[in-house]
Amino acid sequence: MDILPNMLFVIILLISINIFTRNILKIKNNINLGRSIDRSDNKSARWKNMARIALGQSKMVSRPIAGILHVVVYIGFLIINIELLEIVVDGIFGTHRVFAPFLGSAYNVLIATFEIFAFLVLSAVLVFWARRNIIRLNRFRKSEMKGWPKLDADLILYFEIVLMSLFLTMNGADFYIQTNFPTATDYHQAGSFPISQFMTSIFDGMALNSVILVERSAWWMHIIGIFIFLNYLYYSKHLHILLAFPNTYFANLNAKGGFANNPTVTAEVKLMMDPDADPYSVSEATSDEPEKFGASDVMDLNRVQLLNAYTCTECGRCTSECPANQTGKLLSPRKIMMDTRDRLTEVGNNIQENKGVFVPDGKQLYNDYITAEELWACTSCNACVQACPIDIDPLSIIMSMRQYLVMEESAAPADLNNMMGNIENNGAPWPFNQQDRLNWAEDP
Amino acid sequence: MIKVPTLAQLTAEGKTPEILFWVGCAGSFDERAKKITKAFVKLLHNTGVSYAVLGAEESCTGDPAKRSGNEFIFQMQAVTNIEVLNGYGIKKIVTACPHCFNTLKNEYPELGGSYEVVHHTQLLKELLDDGKLTIESGTYKGKKITFHDPCYLGRANNVYEAPRELIKKLDAELVEMKNCKAKGLCCGAGGAQMFKEPENGSKDINIERTEQALEVKPDIVAAGCPFCNTMLTDGIKSKEKESEVPVMDIAELIANAKDL
Repeated sequence: MDILPNMLFVIILLISINIFTRNILKIKNNINLGRSIDRSDNKSARWKNMARIALGQSKMVSRPIAGILHVVVYIGFLIINIELLEIVVDGIFGTHRVFAPFLGSAYNVLIATFEIFAFLVLSAVLVFWARRNIIRLNRFRKSEMKGWPKLDADLILYFEIVLMSLFLTMNGADFYIQTNFPTATDYHQAGSFPISQFMTSIFDGMALNSVILVERSAWWMHIIGIFIFLNYLYYSKHLHILLAFPNTYFANLNAKGGFANNPTVTAEVKLMMDPDADPYSVSEATSDEPEKFGASDVMDLNRVQLLNAYTCTECGRCTSECPANQTGKLLSPRKIMMDTRDRLTEVGNNIQENKGVFVPDGKQLYNDYITAEELWACTSCNACVQACPIDIDPLSIIMSMRQYLVMEESAAPADLNNMMGNIENNGAPWPFNQQDRLNWAEDP
Repeated sequence: MIKVPTLAQLTAEGKTPEILFWVGCAGSFDERAKKITKAFVKLLHNTGVSYAVLGAEESCTGDPAKRSGNEFIFQMQAVTNIEVLNGYGIKKIVTACPHCFNTLKNEYPELGGSYEVVHHTQLLKELLDDGKLTIESGTYKGKKITFHDPCYLGRANNVYEAPRELIKKLDAELVEMKNCKAKGLCCGAGGAQMFKEPENGSKDINIERTEQALEVKPDIVAAGCPFCNTMLTDGIKSKEKESEVPVMDIAELIANAKDL
């Protein structure tokens, strides 16, 4: 028996796993550039959150059309992965439909299910494509979606169309051989083909070798296509298929309105309020460089914020719910996530090119990617956080960056400086005397 | 005129009120919000709740400073307030401002101030359930009322039903806007926007929200936040509808219905 194809398969498999692993490690390293944050609490609630939101897609269906179509593609993706297992085993050992003898009639059910889902996925993906390219939904046409993000989104859909078509072609050819060429012993009777049986007419009149060639080509192109797609993830917005799980696990489970108290400030305030504290002795004991207040670059953000950035798949639900964006302001929560990810990739590449050290490139997240105008447009209403189907929190990044603007750069709008001055001086955002706080009770 | 007890007075008399009414800056100083404060105080008296206010000992929670990014001012305000609250041994706080509510409830505990914090609509709902608050008058019978969810009450803290149940108790017809509850649209004041000019855009957020409210043709727009109240009142003024569609706090609606 010719083992050349098997060897070739194993080599391709190993190469693709290798590249994939390296890219995942790169992502891990980049995320670890962020400040650490403790999300080790509440494990059972975290697993539940992941099960409900990532596995159970509970937030997807708040928009029923996109939601249901997505659920179809998602279940299809999960189910067809079982078939992938058989394809890999067949590839390594040179077998054909190796699971069939073990599963008996259950195999027929399995293959039939794969076929139906392949067809459903294909249909859903065509609708997705139409929503982006024919209906041209507003949220897919925002300014941050020009160029690569648009192409990236379309490429993913093309990948899926091609992969599903190849899968069905491979099955159709297989079924044709099984029914018309009983002498082709490699193609034993296995599987039930509710969808691809309708394709068999295209093989009518073809010689056995030609049909085998079609079947083999489709088989190889399908599996190689999957390996390419797997490695395309790193370069695309599509990582959510993996990262949605850790992202929902590490998500903020507390009330959305409670913003984290900046621990650097807490330490300083404690010091100021403590009459026994000796400010000079403490400053020596702490690290040489005082920690920056807030975030001007990706390293100042925390790891969950960075994980959020890699997880975003640019669906734009956040932006379409954002009151600032709806009223024509520059702010788009999706762009906040995309900018954070792009800057993080840039910083990560810089470190890799410079053998593990970041060489300042004269850029940062603030201003080179996200401008003050965007940050000041936010009403902190949490609509973006609520809208995200996988618990990404653009608002926390906006708040971290506002902290940098105000506490490091003193760059708040003048009106806000007045307001903050009032709070400091008289305990209210307006210039009223604290002693007059009960005057309302005296009013007639 | 109602005599409003302060904690300092009650403490001097050796009394401990069950609940602190945190009035907030808007409730203390803003002309429109002061009316809400008074309506709520009337309801507190009417229902016999044992309460007090801090008066001159109250200070800004620090919310607008925090949302602006000034953690220093926020945390300084927080620790100062917490010192006062803990000094009086406060257990439960009610406030008519969702921003104060959120900050006291979610951001103070980590800094040493843990209290049971409720929004005034939650307390009123509680009093209603306990039979202490009765609403039988037909002032608003059959009126179409739409409720604007304050972001810091709704999405931020998942309180959607208390205000709605109170409106239903008024015998009014509760009509929902296109965007409501978890999908409610902000009035435009949050995140310290109240205190600055909006950034450049095609429209002001409060106008967008006002249009959503007017779309359902309400007789009254109900609010549960002094800042939302201001934003929507301004929006309705700009549509020249102020004589037809008043913006009212839930506490005011109930106080009116009870003829207080």
